[in-house]
Amino acid sequence: MDLGPHAAIIWLCYAAIAVVMVLVGLWLVVDGQRLSRELAALERRGVRRRSAKIEVAGTPEPNTRD
Amino acid sequence: MATLTQRLANPTRFMALSRRLLPLALGAAVLLIGWGLALSFAAPPDYQQGHTVKILFIHVPCAWLAMGIYTMIAISSLGLLVFRHPLADVSAKTAAPLGAAFTFLALVTGALWGKPMWGTYWVWDARLTSVLILFFLYLGLIALRSSLDDEVLAARLTAVLALVGVLILPVIKFSVDWWYTLHQPSTRFTSTLDPSFRKPLWVMAAGFLALFVAMHLKAMRNEVLRRRIRSMTLAATAQANEAAPADASGTAEA
Repeated sequence: MDLGPHAAIIWLCYAAIAVVMVLVGLWLVVDGQRLSRELAALERRGVRRRSAKIEVAGTPEPNTRD
Repeated sequence: MATLTQRLANPTRFMALSRRLLPLALGAAVLLIGWGLALSFAAPPDYQQGHTVKILFIHVPCAWLAMGIYTMIAISSLGLLVFRHPLADVSAKTAAPLGAAFTFLALVTGALWGKPMWGTYWVWDARLTSVLILFFLYLGLIALRSSLDDEVLAARLTAVLALVGVLILPVIKFSVDWWYTLHQPSTRFTSTLDPSFRKPLWVMAAGFLALFVAMHLKAMRNEVLRRRIRSMTLAATAQANEAAPADASGTAEA
């Protein structure tokens, strides 16, 4: 594909977008995985959210806010 | 009876809803950006700018998102300060790094585009400088938030800063009309933009918007998880502290 004398600049712009978006996407995915692991570890230790405890006790929760 | 916003403000409900919406937004982003790229590279060269007009299809959506995301942060901040909406703070906090990323990309692609068109990467003209200030505002929001340990205070102060900073948006929008700038005046997309460039631009803009929605939903889900972990850790620590003095007194009695 011939993009003329400024082809390098055009490709650089598209590459900058791709690199930044991939980095942001990776950060979000890795952060999400780390948080899910932490949450699972807490639950394995028997730590429960307040709302989960109320559900277990069979009482309807007045205002779930986590 | 709870209003729609009150029902959606529930983090548990948000997590269930976002789990279904996230793949849809991501799928739409991939399809639209793929289509937009095909249209962009098939678009004819501009009679003045040649092929560098292809930078328009990525630079303009980034610039629109840079301003749109800040508007969303300001609305979320208002939601936090006025209605104490729990998800409004999550939304504002998680949108700031994404807004910074899109503003950074608007600045970088604009600077690169400027070299062949203006003969320079950067000039301190009103449009470029006001967008740079917007970028610093995003960094300021992120820095202020992370500099305070008190989550509630950090959220309120950041919301106030976001609302004050919203003044930069009309300056950016009208800078090309109010001052003489090297940046071109506002493009009227239905009259001054050649029809062959309109479709790739709109498709790319829709794709970038879908990508932002997907990333924002993911970032919000992460933040809700982070807050759950924090509250669970605090609860576990409080329980351990309550149990410890009882154990200690039991040992002393023995």
